[in-house]
Amino acid sequence: MDYTIRIGGEAGQGLQTIGGVLAKVFSRSGFHVFTHQDYMSRIRGGHNFYQIRFSDKEVMSSREKVDILIALDLYTIETHKGTLSEKGIIIYDAAFIKKVFNSPGFLNIPFEEIAVEAGGNRIMANTVATGAVLGILGMDLTILEDIIRERFRKKGEDITGKNIASARAGFDHAVKVCTMCDFTVPEPGAPPLMLINGNEATGLGALMSGCRFYAAYPMTPSTGIMIFLASKAKEYGIVIEQAEDEISAINMALGASFAGTRAMTGSSGGGFALMVEGLSLAAMTETPIVIAEVQRPGPATGLPTRTEQADLLFVLHAGHGEFARVVLAPGTPEQAFFLTNKAFDLAEKYQIPVFILSDQYLADTEWTFRGLNTGSLRNNDYRSRSEALEGVSVYKRHRLTENGISPMAVPGESGRLVVTDSDEHDEEGHMIEDAETRIKMTQKRLMKKLPLIRQEIEPPLLYGSDRPDIVIVGWGSTYGVMKEAVDVLSGDYAIAMLHFSELHPFPSTEKFDYLSILGNTKLSLCIENNATGQFSHLMRAETGYKFDARINKYDGRPFTLEGLSGELYAHIGKL
Amino acid sequence: MPTLESYEGQTPAWCPGCGNFPILNTLKEALAELEIEPHQLTVVSGIGQAAKLPHYMKCNTFNGLHGRTLPVATGIRLANHEMPVIAVAGDGDCYGEGGNHLLHAIRRNINVKLFVHDNQVYGLTKGQASPTTMEGVVTKTQPFGSLSEALNPMAMAVALDCSFVARGFAGDAEFLKGLMKEALNHKGFALLDILQPCVTFNKINTYRWYSERVYRIGDDHDPFDRIEAFKKSLEWGEKIPTGIIYRNSRPTLEERIPVIEETPLIKQLFSFKEAEKEIRGFY
Ligand SMILES: Cc1ncc(C[n+]2csc(CCOP(=O)(O)OP(=O)(O)O)c2C)c(N)n1
Ligand SMILES: [Mg+2]
Repeated sequence: MDYTIRIGGEAGQGLQTIGGVLAKVFSRSGFHVFTHQDYMSRIRGGHNFYQIRFSDKEVMSSREKVDILIALDLYTIETHKGTLSEKGIIIYDAAFIKKVFNSPGFLNIPFEEIAVEAGGNRIMANTVATGAVLGILGMDLTILEDIIRERFRKKGEDITGKNIASARAGFDHAVKVCTMCDFTVPEPGAPPLMLINGNEATGLGALMSGCRFYAAYPMTPSTGIMIFLASKAKEYGIVIEQAEDEISAINMALGASFAGTRAMTGSSGGGFALMVEGLSLAAMTETPIVIAEVQRPGPATGLPTRTEQADLLFVLHAGHGEFARVVLAPGTPEQAFFLTNKAFDLAEKYQIPVFILSDQYLADTEWTFRGLNTGSLRNNDYRSRSEALEGVSVYKRHRLTENGISPMAVPGESGRLVVTDSDEHDEEGHMIEDAETRIKMTQKRLMKKLPLIRQEIEPPLLYGSDRPDIVIVGWGSTYGVMKEAVDVLSGDYAIAMLHFSELHPFPSTEKFDYLSILGNTKLSLCIENNATGQFSHLMRAETGYKFDARINKYDGRPFTLEGLSGELYAHIGKL
Repeated sequence: MPTLESYEGQTPAWCPGCGNFPILNTLKEALAELEIEPHQLTVVSGIGQAAKLPHYMKCNTFNGLHGRTLPVATGIRLANHEMPVIAVAGDGDCYGEGGNHLLHAIRRNINVKLFVHDNQVYGLTKGQASPTTMEGVVTKTQPFGSLSEALNPMAMAVALDCSFVARGFAGDAEFLKGLMKEALNHKGFALLDILQPCVTFNKINTYRWYSERVYRIGDDHDPFDRIEAFKKSLEWGEKIPTGIIYRNSRPTLEERIPVIEETPLIKQLFSFKEAEKEIRGFY
């Protein structure tokens, strides 16, 4: 079983609610779910859709073919009817969209009328639609009823009851009228799965890494991280400050970090562009900070609600001067969770800026997982607090040490002074200009730390054939679609994926000799959601390796399974 | 108890006769009199001649970027509101490069004390016009004279309902010390603009120029009266008022964040085990 449901309509029609609830029903039923949203940068109107793919096997990408299309407006029918699968059906409310379709595959379900008849009102039409989908799929209503009870608890029993009645009426109606429906969903038996998107996972990772301060200026698609942390602020003691601009946001986070707390900021490319001087400040003052850069297509304002992987080289090179940084690019929400923890750990351990480089696609897609094993989280406190400082007679914030890491004291916790400067400085943190100190400080900040940081970086993940003829290579959010494409093609070819989620310092071949794998292929392809192949350039610069070919997508949309597989077949056909 | 010697720092590299010297000495005196130990205080500064001040004394120091003193100071206060934080900036630093941050620091009423060394010129970069340079003043980069109207930071701050607005003069150290102590004791954001002669690059607003004009605001002025304060803040030219122009008792940002109501953020213990239940929320 592998079904795709697409809900289309205008912004403000509640398609997120229908989609969100259905996805939860499936994940609680123990099915694997992958959802993705395609929305325009507007609050009302426009065209948006929410797509859910669910299966009894792992799924991690979107398909183009749709099995059930829920059309909340006429435009959805017109635009998406061509994507219907062979047995696919379109459900719509003819009275609402003021048009009747008699062709096969169309199913008129009067959502509003049913809602009103069930004792509810027209607002509950969406609940009717949700119930109807479950009826069409031949599933059970119990989980949906539970979810309705949870969601409407605060609104009282009356509203809850009417919503449940609406869901049931939609369900019954669909069962009655959908004679042509031919879907088989196996009995749910597996335990419920967790359903989480990339932004939530980044936020959760930050929360569970002890992040206590998040300053940002809202910018799609990064705002979800701030919203998640803000929703936990009270319970866990997190200060969330909406800064006047991104310049302020990063400087506030650096102030909080200097004062002794774990701090983070986040934005998309445009906002991060404003933070760049602050990034350099973090490096010079050796103040730990985690920065989430959730990419969207540029240049400038670009496509605010769409996706691209075109800030890789920007994030890698941003900031004047030369300094150490780490760039992590999770491929799944699970990786986002663990890599955010790693980001905090490395930022604090080496007193450097660390990036989580995500994008709109990863930020907004929801995935299912069995759980997150928190046993492997790293939560060491690398700061010197009161007790540790008591015995220290001379404290120097930027002391020259063997490994370049100086003791990082919390100001005010002892009689020791903590001094740092954006000017080049001496061990105590006071500004200097002499050449000798300058050289020593550069060696300390950069040359001494870098080899240690490099050892922390994990090599790319190999999936598929272990002696592949064909290797597809990518980074960040293309993980899911590449992995599934390997599954699709592996019946015919010895194919594998190499996925990089830790990009800088570039992984060495010591832990895993990925270059020898690449060296023995007939075809190596670099897959990127950008126009110029930024990763392929990076790979060449770092390792000398040149890919045989590239597949680049820069229309602001993610790769789909059919789309990528088709391109791969085309390339292989040329061999 | 701290003495003046407790604050003894590096030897300043300012020009002989610079207005920054009396400001530095006065600050040390004010701190000693308030019995604030060097390690109990953080000074945040940006870039400029004024911004070098923390190196010339003893205190926790974050000498950050040009214009960005207030965001850093805000972050420090939010993480540890038991730490007094002074932001030291030049007129270019906080009225020019960091102007936006000033507006919002005032709005937030973060309990930070901003001491502006206002020499009406860019000192460190050798004499270009600053936001407080008087209209018409010719510099190497303003060949036709400064064409913009000079900013009136006092009037701007009163208009924004800044919780403490005062002006001092480097040439009247005793009075300045009182203002610094009032600012430090005030609960809320304090803007103290200090007229600071730049003996090298500002040949107009000299010690003499200021001395002929400044006067101490008398007891007849009620700083809690915003309309009167606004009138006072508009005085400039022949007579320049020094003293507390305006104050109010708005709650501070720190007081309004429930998360840090009882304990500063840096002292709150965190165990990620507690947060483990959040994972269950995703099923
Ligand atoms: C982003 C940035 N732009 C410009 C500069 C150069 N710069 C350093 S200080 C300064 C102005 C100094 O004037 P002010 O803030 O009034 O301080 P003063 O030296 O007069 O005390 C300038 C333009 C800089 N360091 N950083
Ligand atoms: Mg100046």
